[in-house]
Amino acid sequence: MAYSEKVIDHYQNPRNVGSFGTSKDVADRKDIGVGIVGAPECGDVMQLQLRINDEGVIEDAKFKCFGCGSAIASSSLATEWIKGKSVDEALTIRNTQIVEELSLPPVKIHCSVLAEDSIRSAIADFQKKNGIVPANAVGAAAAH
Amino acid sequence: MALKFPIYMDNAATTRTDPRAVEAMLPYFTEKFGNSASRNHVFGWDAEDGIEIAREHAASLIGASSKEIIWTSGSTESNNLAIKGTARMYAKSPEGTKNRGHIITCVIEHKAVLDPCKRLEREGFDVTWITPPPDGVVTRQMIAEAIRPDTILVSIMWVNNEIGTINEIPEIGKLCHEKGVIFHTDATQWVGKMPTDVERDCIDLMSWSSHKMYGPKGVGALFVRRRSPRVRLEAILDGGGHERGMRSGTLNVPGIVGFGKACELCCESMDADRERLFGLKQKLERELTSRLEVAQVNGHADRRVPHIANISFGYVEGESLLMGIKEIACSSGSACTSASLEPSYVLKNLGIGDELAHSSLRLSIGRWTTEAEIDYAIQAIEKSVNHLRTLSPLWDLFKEGIDVSKIEWQSH
Repeated sequence: MAYSEKVIDHYQNPRNVGSFGTSKDVADRKDIGVGIVGAPECGDVMQLQLRINDEGVIEDAKFKCFGCGSAIASSSLATEWIKGKSVDEALTIRNTQIVEELSLPPVKIHCSVLAEDSIRSAIADFQKKNGIVPANAVGAAAAH
Repeated sequence: MALKFPIYMDNAATTRTDPRAVEAMLPYFTEKFGNSASRNHVFGWDAEDGIEIAREHAASLIGASSKEIIWTSGSTESNNLAIKGTARMYAKSPEGTKNRGHIITCVIEHKAVLDPCKRLEREGFDVTWITPPPDGVVTRQMIAEAIRPDTILVSIMWVNNEIGTINEIPEIGKLCHEKGVIFHTDATQWVGKMPTDVERDCIDLMSWSSHKMYGPKGVGALFVRRRSPRVRLEAILDGGGHERGMRSGTLNVPGIVGFGKACELCCESMDADRERLFGLKQKLERELTSRLEVAQVNGHADRRVPHIANISFGYVEGESLLMGIKEIACSSGSACTSASLEPSYVLKNLGIGDELAHSSLRLSIGRWTTEAEIDYAIQAIEKSVNHLRTLSPLWDLFKEGIDVSKIEWQSH
């Protein structure tokens, strides 16, 4: 199985790696939304942290990923796409777009699903911390 | 010596055919191309001579008589013939009934043993599946506890193909002989690498494969004991009655000749190869586990063959690691290297945890592995593990002192 050039590029030069602090540091920060999805025993865990301003715009995004090259590339790509977008715009990103952009084979589709989940999960965390009731509360569960 | 890339460290999957074996095979394609079953002309006689010389080499490699060697297409076929052939021959009641006999095997066998045993379960046989402890070693004691009056067959691999652990084969063989139970061992990762004597080690049936010991692919052998006890098998393939009726089908003459040559070469260089590979493997394991935190060698500390090292690097996923060391051809127990989402069933069954199974790397070395390649592998793996840990959220949690296994993960 050969990887696409874009996957290799994200793997070798991942964009926006890092965090805005440890899980404890960011737990009380209302401008940060944290999403951690996946599980170690499944072989992939993605952590996405978003810094969101008062206007609901994602000013910065940082990721960390334990997973295969496609999982790393999917989360790296997700951070690139959501930076500068509003929360509502970010929620329109679908895993199928990630599959297409990275030319992921069928066995790697779950990596893209995880990336979409991490965006939703981080935004939900931000909204919860700020008492915002999401407009599309029903949509979040439909990813699988 | 300059390194040549990519570096091959997947010798447990297959080995390069020794050029001397290839050379021995060549005349059997275009000059001595006869069917070894043709009894009436020189083409057939030449082919038969080639086959019988190979049979002598295969037999002397394992301390058997040449009449006890049955040629097959490889270990998968040998295992199928040994397990199904024994069960069906020694069944205690006819097809379509229950309680047809008891078989003992273990959960970390190769699929080519597990699946025939599962089929026999559906055919009315009873199977005991032994789960070895985390060190991976199947002992005489474990078999002794599982043997019953109706046990007809014990099938335990000599060496585990993923972690390289060595089971207590001679001890299990002796036990089976004491109890009058037929003993089969899948010795694919053992024969040709380690000294083998089927008489001393009390083995009744033994499978091995040419391409794991520097011979060509598509050829294997099954040792079938002829004396005390004489083991009989029900054939799987019906046809011309080749190989004493146990395996019909025109023989793969060039392949068998190459396999025979490979057996001869292993006899000659086994001791030297073993010493050298042991030194290289020790260096690989010692350096990686001392340079990197949370790196563990899987399987028993000492009871392991010299050519297989299986190491888990905590908080790093195996496939991403393979991607980072793309100049080294090796394998991982990670789910992502297979079509399923399950990590290696061998590591999983040993209870080392799914997470460490996902983080494992199997490096298997061979006759042409050099020390320079080992040195390269050590530094490449170290660099890649460190890089991937800068990306790993689990590594951060570990560094914060949080026990990753205690977190409730949202599985998907």
